[in-house]
Amino acid sequence: MGGWLRLGFGPPCPNSVGRTIALVGVSVVLGSCSLAEAPLLHPSGPIAEAQRNLLFEVFALMLIVVIPVFVMAIWFGWRYRASATQSAFDPDWERAPVLDGLIWALPAAIIVILAIMVWRSTHQLDPYRSLAAAGGSTEVQVIALDWKYVFLYPKEGIASVNELVFPADKPVQLVMTSDSAMTSLLIPALGGQVYAMAGMATRLNLLADGPGRFEGRNALYNGDGFADQTFSVRAVTESEFAEWIASAKHAPDLDAAAYKELSLPGVLKKPMQYSQFASGFFQSILDKYASPLKMQQTPRYP
Amino acid sequence: MFGRLTEDALPFYSEIAMAGAAVTVGGGLFVIAVVLWTGSLLYLWRNWLTSVDHKRIGIMYVVVALVMLLRGFVDALMMRAQQAMAMNSGGYLPPEHFDQIFSSHGTIMILFMAMPFLTGLINFVMPLQIGARDVAFPRLNLISLYLTAAGAGLVLISLVIGRFSTAGWTGYPPFSETEFSPGVGVDYWIWALVVSGVGTTLTGINFITTIVKRRAPGMTWMRLPLFAWTALCASILIVFAFPALTVAGAMLALDRSAGFHFFTNDGGGNAMHFANVLWMWGHPEVYILILPAFGVFSEIVATLSSKRLFAYNSLVFATVVIALLAFTTWLHHFFTMGAGASVNTAFGITTMIIAVPTGVKVFDWLMTMYRGRIRYQTPMLWTMAFLVTFTIGGMSGVLLAVPAVDYTLHNTTFLVAHFHNMVIPGALFGFFAGYVYWFPKAFGFRLDERWGTRAFWFWVTGFYLAFMPLYALGLMGMVRRLQHYDNPDWQPYLIVAAIGAVSVLCGIICMAIQLWVSIRDRDRWADTTGDPWNARTLEWYSSSPPPAWNFASLPKIEGTDAFWRLKERGEAYREDENVGAISLPTNSNDGIVYGALAFVFGFCMVWHIYWLALLCLGAIVAHLIVSSFRHPTEEVIPANEVARHEQEWKTAARAGSRYDGDPLCDYRTVLRKVPAQ
Repeated sequence: MGGWLRLGFGPPCPNSVGRTIALVGVSVVLGSCSLAEAPLLHPSGPIAEAQRNLLFEVFALMLIVVIPVFVMAIWFGWRYRASATQSAFDPDWERAPVLDGLIWALPAAIIVILAIMVWRSTHQLDPYRSLAAAGGSTEVQVIALDWKYVFLYPKEGIASVNELVFPADKPVQLVMTSDSAMTSLLIPALGGQVYAMAGMATRLNLLADGPGRFEGRNALYNGDGFADQTFSVRAVTESEFAEWIASAKHAPDLDAAAYKELSLPGVLKKPMQYSQFASGFFQSILDKYASPLKMQQTPRYP
Repeated sequence: MFGRLTEDALPFYSEIAMAGAAVTVGGGLFVIAVVLWTGSLLYLWRNWLTSVDHKRIGIMYVVVALVMLLRGFVDALMMRAQQAMAMNSGGYLPPEHFDQIFSSHGTIMILFMAMPFLTGLINFVMPLQIGARDVAFPRLNLISLYLTAAGAGLVLISLVIGRFSTAGWTGYPPFSETEFSPGVGVDYWIWALVVSGVGTTLTGINFITTIVKRRAPGMTWMRLPLFAWTALCASILIVFAFPALTVAGAMLALDRSAGFHFFTNDGGGNAMHFANVLWMWGHPEVYILILPAFGVFSEIVATLSSKRLFAYNSLVFATVVIALLAFTTWLHHFFTMGAGASVNTAFGITTMIIAVPTGVKVFDWLMTMYRGRIRYQTPMLWTMAFLVTFTIGGMSGVLLAVPAVDYTLHNTTFLVAHFHNMVIPGALFGFFAGYVYWFPKAFGFRLDERWGTRAFWFWVTGFYLAFMPLYALGLMGMVRRLQHYDNPDWQPYLIVAAIGAVSVLCGIICMAIQLWVSIRDRDRWADTTGDPWNARTLEWYSSSPPPAWNFASLPKIEGTDAFWRLKERGEAYREDENVGAISLPTNSNDGIVYGALAFVFGFCMVWHIYWLALLCLGAIVAHLIVSSFRHPTEEVIPANEVARHEQEWKTAARAGSRYDGDPLCDYRTVLRKVPAQ
C-alpha cells in the first residue's frame, strides 16, 4: 500500500540514529517510505481518501500548465542564449493575437474545469455534512483547553481527555468549542480540521475505513504548550468501544473542581477518563462566552 | 511615570536573547562609531539623512531592507536549527523564545524587509522611468521612510527592552489578547505595524500621484514601462489595503489597553472579525509584494533577451486584473473557520481565477525570451529561477485553493512551503534581480558577476533544500510552529531543510562579498555610459548615477521602450542646446523629527507611558501645523552646471562603454543582426 512512491529502494524505515545520514540522502531524494506512509497520501477513511484523490486530480490538471512552462523555460533559455548566434533573432516581435488568445484561454479553461470540481467537492466534503447512515453516528462534544482536548460522549455519559475513541463502523460527529484560545482540531489520516472557538460550536464529521490508531492534534498555534497538544484517535470494534465505555465508569466524575483543574494551562502526559459530567455541560461552556441575546438563538446541546 | 517599564524588561531571562540584544546594540554602536570615526556624520546628514531626492531615499529604503533581511534570516536559521534538533527533546530554544522568533521572522520579512525593499526600488526607479524630476511629494517621501524606519526600530528594540510577540506574525486573537498574552510583545507588534503602516500608506498616495501627474510629455498610459504599471497597481493596493491593517491593529490595541471587547472571548467579542479584517489587508499585501517584482522581471527579461516585451497590452491587463482580484480572495486564509460550503466554494474559485492572469504573465515572459538573444547575467539568472520556481509555488497555491484539500493541508508545513515558494522567488528574487540590475544606475558601477552568480546558486539551491522537504512534511501531517515533535520520520526532512538554510546563509555571505569586491574594484566595473545593460526604458537615459535633477530635458515619448527608440534612431546622446536652470526642493529635517516622535510614541504606547505618548502625538500635530505655514524652499541649479553635466555624460556615452566587445554584454553585436530596415 502506498508503494507508488517507493522508487526502487524499499528498506524498512531505519530507526537508528547512525543511519539518519543515509536516510537523509536516500529517503528525501528518492521519496522515502515515510512519505509513502504519510497520513495524507495513505488515508484511513473515505473523507481523507476523497481529499487525497482530489489533491492528485488537481495536481494532474495543473501539470498541463506547469510542464509547458518548464519545457519552454529550458528550451528557450538554451536555444536563444546570446552565444547561439545561429538561432533565429526577432527583436521587434511583440504581437501574436492567436498566441495571445491561447495564452489566456488555456489557463482559463483549466480554471473552469477546476471551478466545477471545487463546487462539487466542497459541497460533497463539507465537514458540516452529516455522514450518518442507517446505523447512526457517534456524537462527541469537544472542548479545547490549554493544551488538551476534552471529549464528551453525551449518549454514553462519559468523558475522556486527549483520547478520541469511537466504533469504526459508524461515522463520528464532532461538535467543537473552546474554553480558551482558538484551536484547530486536525486528524490527518481521517481528513481535515476545523477551528474550535469560544462561544461557538463548529462541526467536523469523519469516518474511518476500519479499526485503527491515528494521530490527532491542534494545528493552530495557541501558546507554549502547543507542540504537545496532541491526542490519540482510536477507531475500534463495537465490543471494544463498549469495554472502553465501561472502563470509564470506574473513573472519577468530571465535576466543577475536576474541570477547573483540567482547564489550568498545562500539558497532559497520558489520556484521562471521567465517568460522568453534568447534563448540558457543553452548552454551559458555550454560554460562558455568549451574550444573552445569542444564548437564546443557539441550539441547545444535551 | 514609566508605565510598566522596569529593569525586568532587560533580556536576562535567556542567554540567547541576551546575545541577540548584544548584537543589536553592538551593531548600532559600531555603525555610529564608524560614522564618527570617519568624520562622515555631516556628510551623511546633508547628503542622505535629510535628502528629499527620491533616488537617495530609495537607496536608504533598500539599506533598511537589507539590514532587516539579515535580522529576519537569523530568525529563520534559528528556527531551522531548533526543528532539526528538537526530535523528542527541547532543542536549544525554550517555547517562549521559539514563539517570539517565528513571530518576528514573519513580521520582519513581510513588513520590514520586503516592503522597504520594493518601496526603495520603486522610489529609485519609477520617477526616472516615467521621466519625472522627483516624486510628487518629496518631503512626504522622506517622512514615509522615517516612519518605516521607526517601525523597524520598534521591532529591533523589542529584542533589547522587553520581548516580542509570541502570537505569530498574524497575531490572531483571542491568543493575542491580554488574557493569553499579557506582556508587551503583542503591543510591540501592533505599534510597529501601525507606525510603519502610516508611512506605507503615505508612500502609496505619493506613488499614485506621481504616476498620474508626473509622466513625461507623450507618455500615455499604454506607453508606461511595465515596472511603473506594477508600481501603480501595488500603490493602489497599498492605499486600499493598509487602512485595514491599521484598523485591525488599532482595534486589538483598544482591546488590550482600554478594555474593549472587539475580539475577546467574552463580552460579546468575536475573534473571527479580526481574521477577516487582517486578511482583507493580508491577501492584497501578497500582491503588493509580488507585483513590483513582476515589474522588475518584465524589464529584465526584455532587456537581457535584447527584445521587446511580448504582448505588452496583455501584461498590463493581467497586472490590473491581479490587483482587482486581490481583494476578492481573503477568505481562503480560513476555509477551516466554519464557513459554509458555498462561501468556501466562491472564495476557492476567485483564488483560482487569479492564477489565470498570473499564468498569462509567465507565458508572456517566456515568449519574450523566444527568438531573443538571452544574456545570462545575474539579473537574468534570478529571472529564470523565478520562472521555474514560482510556477511550482503557483501550483501548490491552486491545490490549497481547493477548500476540501485545504482542510487537510491548512496550518501544516505544506502551507509554509507554499507561501515561501511564492514570496521568495516571486518577490525576493525579483528584488535581488532589481538590486543587481539598477545598482550601476544608483552608484555608477556594476556588481561583481562572479560573486553574484555564486550567491545566486547558493540561494536557489538553499531554497529548494529548505522548502521542498516542508511540502513533504505537510503531507506527513506536520503542522507549523512546532517547538518540538516526536515523530522520527520527520527529522531527516528537517535536517535537509536546515542544510538549505545554511546554503542560503552562504548566498547571503556571497552577496556581502559581492558588494565589498565591487566597491573595491569599482573602477573595473564602472559604467560611464549610463546604460550598462543595453536597456530600453527611460531610466537609462541619464548618467550613472543620475544628477539630482534626473533629466535636463526629455524627448517627446512616442511609444513603449522610449530610450530604445532613441538609440535605434541614433538620437540617444545628441547634444541639447536648450538646457535651462533647474530648481529643486532643499533638504528637510522633517523626516527625522516625525520618525523620532513616532518611534517614541510607539514605544510609550507599548509600555503604557501615556503622558509621553500624548506629548509626542501633540508634538507631531503641532509640527504638522507649524510646517504647513512654512513656504517650501528651493535651490536653483544654474544652467551652466546642468549643461556641463549633460555634456560630460553624453561625451562619455558616445565614446562607448567598457563593456563593448564583451560577448555577453555587447548589444552592438546583437544589433547588427537586425535586418536592415
